[in-house]
Amino acid sequence: MVAIALLSDFGVEEADELDLSGAWKLRQLSELPIGTVGVVESLDLPGEIQHHLMHMGFMPEARVMVVRRAPAGDPTVYSIDGFEVALRRDTAGAIRVREYEGQNTRQG
Amino acid sequence: MSECCGTTATIEAPVEPRVAGRIRTVALVGPPNSGKSTLFNRLTGLRQKVANYPGVTVEQRVGRLNGIGRGDLTLIDLPGIYGLDSYSEDARVAVDVLHGEMPGTPAPDAILLVLDSLQLRRQLMLAAPVLNLGLPTLVLLNMSDLMEARGGRVDTLALAQELGVPVAKISATRGAGLDAITHFLNRKAEAEKPVPAEGRIELPVMGNPRSYRQWATGISTRTKYKAPLSNEWTKRIDGVLLHRIWGPLIFLVVVFAVFQVVFSIGQPLSDAFGEVLNAGGGRIGALLGHGWVESLLIDGVWRGVASVLVFLPQILLLFLFIGVLEDSGYLARAALIADRVMRSIGLNGKAFIPLLSAYACAVPAIMATRTIENKRDRFATILVAPFMTCSARLPIYMLMIAAFIPNTPLLGDFFGLRAAVMLSLYVLGFVAALGTAWLLKSSILKASSAPFILELPQYRLPTVRSLSLRLVDRGKVFLRQAGTVILAVTIVLWILSHIPFHADLAGSVIGRLGQLVEPVIKPLGFNWKIGIGLLTSVLAREVIVGTLGTLYGADPATQSLGLQAALRHDLTLGGAMALVVFFAFAMQCTSTIAIVRRETNSWRWPAVQFAYMSVLAYVAALATNQAILHFVH
Repeated sequence: MVAIALLSDFGVEEADELDLSGAWKLRQLSELPIGTVGVVESLDLPGEIQHHLMHMGFMPEARVMVVRRAPAGDPTVYSIDGFEVALRRDTAGAIRVREYEGQNTRQG
Repeated sequence: MSECCGTTATIEAPVEPRVAGRIRTVALVGPPNSGKSTLFNRLTGLRQKVANYPGVTVEQRVGRLNGIGRGDLTLIDLPGIYGLDSYSEDARVAVDVLHGEMPGTPAPDAILLVLDSLQLRRQLMLAAPVLNLGLPTLVLLNMSDLMEARGGRVDTLALAQELGVPVAKISATRGAGLDAITHFLNRKAEAEKPVPAEGRIELPVMGNPRSYRQWATGISTRTKYKAPLSNEWTKRIDGVLLHRIWGPLIFLVVVFAVFQVVFSIGQPLSDAFGEVLNAGGGRIGALLGHGWVESLLIDGVWRGVASVLVFLPQILLLFLFIGVLEDSGYLARAALIADRVMRSIGLNGKAFIPLLSAYACAVPAIMATRTIENKRDRFATILVAPFMTCSARLPIYMLMIAAFIPNTPLLGDFFGLRAAVMLSLYVLGFVAALGTAWLLKSSILKASSAPFILELPQYRLPTVRSLSLRLVDRGKVFLRQAGTVILAVTIVLWILSHIPFHADLAGSVIGRLGQLVEPVIKPLGFNWKIGIGLLTSVLAREVIVGTLGTLYGADPATQSLGLQAALRHDLTLGGAMALVVFFAFAMQCTSTIAIVRRETNSWRWPAVQFAYMSVLAYVAALATNQAILHFVH
């Protein structure tokens, strides 16, 4: 219920107030299976790339959905903020996300 | 519209340009993929200047606002940027231009900020630092027709209040809503007061993406922004084009089709164009009569420039293809599919299409590397591209193979020894490109962190307008090269081959040079005539065939023979194969040198590249000749 409320709204402060300890598990974005949604926790990339990604929407509390993998299995296409962006595994691996276990809500 | 406001400001460089109510220069600002270039083309029409900003490889586009009847105003198209924090070269250039600190670029008096209304929430982040500049600004919500058609909406009035500047919905592709820009510029020119009170609007803390984000989110909520439903078509098409099996298959079919068309349609077009140019030269020559003027203009200038111009049809055709692929959105998918393979040689997926184009001609290929944002990857691609077997190598390949290789069938009638040699020359170039890419990426262009961040745009139908603008643009860049650098080299070559007067080619300066280099090229199995051919073909690879024709035609010993027979009379098999290997590696192309100079904005890169490729060509040709001498006979 709480997770759905979070997923259906983008509100940043709102997300900060929610304590979801236990329901969330910290993972690398690259580990998420296709069709799942993660909430960005932190980025650990060199300055310019991190900055670029943040301007593209990859910032704490943003929701990212794993859309599909390239035919060769890498890079992976992610949907963030209604547009799609492809990242290689090593880049996506530097983005920490929370994933709600058992959630199957698709991003609209 | 009052033209004068009582100031005496002129267009001279260091004037204080930001006089209230006086607009001369307008800057077009927007994130990448916001439709900024389309709008720029709309607003300026075809008359625009494309150059590089001083000292950097960022392209500067400037034009007059003829498209909306304000030819008195200058429009500067800034590179697509996400923010004004100077992390990237593009952003640094944008900041300098906006602050009026870019040498040679007038300080802008007003800003047109283009945002993609399909992704307004994210794109609004750029509005914060831009509004913070305090210049008169008009916010343009591009693609608003698409947004509304897909069920999105935004309250523009509320947005204008939030931002403290006027906001207009436009569609750059359709040219809708552009009168808002005219109104804005006219009103600004009439206004007595400067910018509207800035105190009313609240801007986030500068330089912090997170605060921009919160600010942008807050505004989109308050202006009731509803993002459009994502395009179901795009998802469905991607389901096929990025499918695990169909994706790569379709990709290969597309690649093959591009290849096939460029060669099967482009080559005859280029040949026909070449004949027209030669016929034209003959006509003019006949008018001039015989003499050195005729010889300089026709044999020198016209032939030389024509030998480069013949590539124009193929180049335009290739750019038409790249344009369709890029505008439709497939190019990004192709890059995604190719990335895994390209990465194994240290390049990224975006380098695939430029390298493919290089099989037709390295010049458009190098121009096409602009799609690669990462500078190191882009330079690596530029340095590798001339190794791909371009069509200018085919004349000499065909000549030598026809003269020296018997057409022994290997696999039935379809694949003979000649085809095998031709194919191995293609493979040779490709292997050299791979090796060089690997060498570059593990040495001077070593990138600790070259990320691959690829935005996948929604599929769209390319418009004739944007395709034709692209062709005109690329055609102009190519012609400018032909008109300047190549013209100069042609004239120098002609003079060198005609002094001292009354000497034949062998006795001319270039002939002597050929004889001078003979000891150096002898180990490769070349004689002085080939030496002259190597020198003249620095202009363009195919020139060697013409040069050899002239030389053997002028030589009494070989005069009566055809060129192939004459070559067999004069060269060994080792020398002939060494020559084609030399051409596989050497950077014998002034157009390429000039375009590398332009795209890297320095002579250093083309110089290094020319030296590297020449050394490689020499060593490989030497090895070929010695190997054939020792093992074949």
